[in-house]
Amino acid sequence: MSVMDMSTTTTSTIIRARNLSKRYDATKALDNVSFDIEAGRIIGLIGPNGAGKTTALKAILGLTDFEGELSVLGLDPRTHRPALMEQVCFIADVAVLPRWIRVREAIEFVSGVHPRFSRQKCEAFLTHTKIAPGMRVRELSKGMIVQLHLALVMAIDAKLLVLDEPTLGLDILYRKSFYESLLADYFDENKTIIVTTHQVEEVEHILTDLMFIRDGRIVLDATMDQVGERYAEVMVNPDKADDARALKPLSERQIFGKSIFLFDGADRVRLAALGELHKPSVADLFVATMKGTYA
Amino acid sequence: MNTLPLLLKREYWEHRGGFLWTPVWITGVILFLTVAGMITAEVLRSHAQVQVGFSLDSLRNDISAKDFAAAGNGLDMVQLVFSAIPCIGLFFVLFFYLLGALYDDRRDRSVLFWKSLPVSDTSTITSKALVAMLLAPLIAFAVSTLAYLVFLVLVSVWTAMHGLNVLPAIAASHPFGMFWRLLLTIPVDALWALPTIGWLMFWSAYVRSKPFLWAVMLPFAALFANWWFGVLGGPHISSDLRLAEILARLLLSVMPGSWMNGKFGVGSPKGWVNPDSEQVVGSFDPSHVYSVLATPDLWIGVVAGLALLGGAIWLRGRRIETNV
Repeated sequence: MSVMDMSTTTTSTIIRARNLSKRYDATKALDNVSFDIEAGRIIGLIGPNGAGKTTALKAILGLTDFEGELSVLGLDPRTHRPALMEQVCFIADVAVLPRWIRVREAIEFVSGVHPRFSRQKCEAFLTHTKIAPGMRVRELSKGMIVQLHLALVMAIDAKLLVLDEPTLGLDILYRKSFYESLLADYFDENKTIIVTTHQVEEVEHILTDLMFIRDGRIVLDATMDQVGERYAEVMVNPDKADDARALKPLSERQIFGKSIFLFDGADRVRLAALGELHKPSVADLFVATMKGTYA
Repeated sequence: MNTLPLLLKREYWEHRGGFLWTPVWITGVILFLTVAGMITAEVLRSHAQVQVGFSLDSLRNDISAKDFAAAGNGLDMVQLVFSAIPCIGLFFVLFFYLLGALYDDRRDRSVLFWKSLPVSDTSTITSKALVAMLLAPLIAFAVSTLAYLVFLVLVSVWTAMHGLNVLPAIAASHPFGMFWRLLLTIPVDALWALPTIGWLMFWSAYVRSKPFLWAVMLPFAALFANWWFGVLGGPHISSDLRLAEILARLLLSVMPGSWMNGKFGVGSPKGWVNPDSEQVVGSFDPSHVYSVLATPDLWIGVVAGLALLGGAIWLRGRRIETNV
């Protein structure tokens, strides 16, 4: 199926990246990045603005050139984009559906060019919305556009779904229902989802894997379970704060006169002696990891 | 999966206004003016009893077979005019269609949606070129043919009101012959238009903004600079190379029938001002029209156009968003 070397790739690895680099003039959007993504995972690719998230996704989708080696479903996205797109779906932010197209035209087009699209499924998803076949995209609200795009994409039996800030600019009702439908009606063990978003709290509970990217480098690549084992948050009374600082926390913040310390790989028993232990939220972990990004 | 018909349909959906409604409006206006002229003639006649131009009633008596033949030739000319006038609209529609074909979707980022589907850049660009070469001209031709039929009905009804039977004149004209002759010019138009199609789509795929400026102003500036260097006695391309003609081929060849200049012996400027209908209609004889295929100008243009389209395909794979 592929011309690439598959010897080191297990059957369940759907993306294999080695030493990816991409430069825009002076800035390095990707700096020698390597990672593997397994099937059946939901990966959150999280990073500050300009960290290289979108560049990484574009490389995976065959929308940009790059240096290094990248295999997506065994294909090189640079040269096999059309074939790849039979297995990969993609939602960028809400603005990318052409504004002139009518809902029924969009459905007819996708069903005509996509061998794995089910018109029935798509129409079934749309019956739960206020979207009518004769409407043009420009008549729809942002939330409805994303519902339409999601209906088109969920009706495709693809192996990989890439979401780049899919819920940007939507209200909380649309954001919630977006991720709920993804989980309930789409995701299964044969599918993989990569999502980038700034609304980390909203995807945190659906992720199985976490990737932090900063200045074009991957600074964290772990499963959510590993994250839970490795990082711990302790709420410490002021009298023990100096003891906590001695253990070199990643970060420290104050709430209600207590200090909250975030530790990476510290001994749980010693931490427990300092105060109450918590699993840190992805957002707090992100802030601690990205400290000084914009400084 | 054969996606080409659907890609053509997609272009039609997006540009229905230009491809369908522009010729409909243009021929509609011609028909409206026809009816308005008939009404004016009727009203003036009944008000003042003045003869406007000629009187149909007086014609009835002394009409001969020879007059019918002349009228038939006149109708052939009318049919030609009906298909030629929408071509002016078609030129502008195609020009701006091609200039936006690979740019508009990059500007509004919908290119990210199109690129998320299993359609190759080659198919996309082929479909857009085929739309400009064949689909849009065929739609315009179908509309103008229907409009001509409506015109015949209008004229028949009007003359019948004056007791004149126009059918012998229609019988003396050659609607089917003209239909085929005009239809057969479309493939020649398509081949002739390729350099412009390639040129406009190339810049459409290339620019980050203002495709019109690049596609139109750049060659003019180059032409001017060349002339200026020549005046200064500096290095320049000599005028033997017919630079202005090349420029016209790059920018104006999507005008249907623009290969019909005196050089090919198909009509001449003088002939168009004071047309001899028989000669004009005769110049649409396929053997005459297809003699253009024997000229190097056409084939050099085809090769240049295909090369530019190849460049557009290459660019389409690399220049995706306008802001990156």
